[in-house]
Amino acid sequence: MSEPRGDVRELTMSEALNEALTEEMERDSGVFVVGEDIAAMGGLFQVTSGLLERFGSQRVIDAPISEAAQAGAAVGAALVGCRPVVELQIADFVSLVMDQVVNHAGKWRYMSGGRVTVPFVLRGAVSNGIGMGAQHSQTLEAWFVHAPGLVVIMPSTPYDAKGLLKAAIRDDNPVVFLEKRLLYARPGQVPTGDYVVPIGIADVKREGSDVTVVTYAQGVHLALQAARQVARDGVEVEVVDLRTLKPFDIETVAASVQKTGRLIAVTEAARAGSMASEIVARVTDEVFDSLKAAPVRVAAADTPMPYAAPLERAVLPQVEDVVAAINRVVGKVSVS
Amino acid sequence: MSPDAAPLEELLLRMWQIRWFELRAMELFEEKLIRGSVHPYIGMEAIAVGVCAALEQKDYITSTHRGHGHCVAKGLDLKLMMAEIIGREDGYCRGRGGSMHITAIDEGMLGADAIVAGSSAIAVGAAHGLRLKGHDGVIVCFFGDGASNQGILHEACNLGAVLAAPVVFVCENNQWAISTPAAASTRIDNIADRAAGYGFPGVIVDGNDVLAVRDVTATAVARARAGDGPTLLEPKSYRITAHSAATKTDLRPPEELDAWRARDPILSFSRYLNTEAGVAAERLEQIEEEARADVETAVEFALASPRPEPESALEDVYAPAKWATAGRLS
Repeated sequence: MSEPRGDVRELTMSEALNEALTEEMERDSGVFVVGEDIAAMGGLFQVTSGLLERFGSQRVIDAPISEAAQAGAAVGAALVGCRPVVELQIADFVSLVMDQVVNHAGKWRYMSGGRVTVPFVLRGAVSNGIGMGAQHSQTLEAWFVHAPGLVVIMPSTPYDAKGLLKAAIRDDNPVVFLEKRLLYARPGQVPTGDYVVPIGIADVKREGSDVTVVTYAQGVHLALQAARQVARDGVEVEVVDLRTLKPFDIETVAASVQKTGRLIAVTEAARAGSMASEIVARVTDEVFDSLKAAPVRVAAADTPMPYAAPLERAVLPQVEDVVAAINRVVGKVSVS
Repeated sequence: MSPDAAPLEELLLRMWQIRWFELRAMELFEEKLIRGSVHPYIGMEAIAVGVCAALEQKDYITSTHRGHGHCVAKGLDLKLMMAEIIGREDGYCRGRGGSMHITAIDEGMLGADAIVAGSSAIAVGAAHGLRLKGHDGVIVCFFGDGASNQGILHEACNLGAVLAAPVVFVCENNQWAISTPAAASTRIDNIADRAAGYGFPGVIVDGNDVLAVRDVTATAVARARAGDGPTLLEPKSYRITAHSAATKTDLRPPEELDAWRARDPILSFSRYLNTEAGVAAERLEQIEEEARADVETAVEFALASPRPEPESALEDVYAPAKWATAGRLS
């Protein structure tokens, strides 16, 4: 992990993202933001707070509720040299923009034989865990990982969120940048001044010798809590935060699995066809011989998200699920 | 010849280039030199040529699956177009795009889009982006009557109006979506009427009259460039061929087809040039021959161009970036 320079403060993730947008809009007049209620209101989660006053209504656009047109407009603006950032209020609305993102943003460069670039960022808030129901609680990053030509990022800390968003805006490729809503308010150390977190580089959030947990976003926090619990029993867990899901940092992941010989992949998304499946597949492709135990996926159940608290808790992966998976791969009998 | 005939002859040349390009492309498809499909623009040449005659070099277009005519009208190189649709390395997109995806931004062609209505929001955003960049270019978005019932077009028209984006929407009403007549797809006679719902002008024009199309486009472009927002143009025309070179079924009534054949936009413009602009019949023939020769040169160029190397299939998925060249990532 690159060391932050300058003074360090505590910021929430939404404050860190707001700083990233402000700094990049100052840096490049081609950067603009478009979304719903992002101008005067500053966005539902205040990520675009203060931008309208600073940059005006041509660069901070309160758009009609037309997510597909917002995404399509961003593709068009990118084609003529701008660097638009689209805010989806709720990440589930990606279903409305899939054609523009998958059939247009992700392919335009390739279809043109490399003649064009599409530098745009699509941000969206993953709003599970708070009773928002089935249409406001999905974790859909795997859809974009599957689509060629896109970069997919999901940060877990304010530091990573700021540095990765700045990197995403400067990158010449279309980037899908998903933010866990419950992490917006979580504070973390963020240095003052300009820095970027490189795209495509995973970060070892905790070192350990017995089990590798590969995860991202909220999964990192589940894994770190689980790691603290099992450490009391003498099991040392290494937590690898992918940060970027595509491209995939196989080097960091493979090195960790070669050290520990055990793999757990954690995601808050529904299990089938998930990023956890991809993590397991990549590891078995590359370093199968290092594995001492069968890899385990910890994921959400393959259901729409239920509303009532006990049901949502039952569907989403919890710390105890990660603990159980750790005990399984180290050969301890699980109580559950 | 009257002094102002030269620019009109140029329009006729472009129309003939489109016609012969499409006729040759259909032959090359039958000869299996073109894969997939080809969607000919035959019968609609006056629309693309009329619209682009009202544009300047700094203006851009977006196009459709039936896009060759737009490319020719915007001034793209026939050789690079033909090489692209034959799938050769010298094509505009190095053979990665094909007939439905010619892109040439430096020439003002943002891209042909084979998702019906797919480029409408892209056009709006490009228009807004140009303005942010301090550029006074206008974007023309071509689409068809079939596209007018896609949701994204509604969103794009409304967003374009709200932003007062410098964009001109051109609904090429060729009456049919493969086998479904426009009348079976809407309960209104004119797509242009929908413009009222967005708060901008809608203008119907004879799509087989190149000068009429040019003139209404000029008004729409001036409005867009002045910052007054979009216009929806509806040139009414007809496609003379079936939907595509690969479509063998054509359910359209033969008498309807005959009626439109009799209104061939190239022949009627030729007659106009002869009778109103004093262009001699021999000169008109010469223009057609010139176009035909240009297309032949393009075919020869394309067939001599190398096929892409298989290992290059993995190139250009991503733009150059530090992470893409680090060698550790995939």
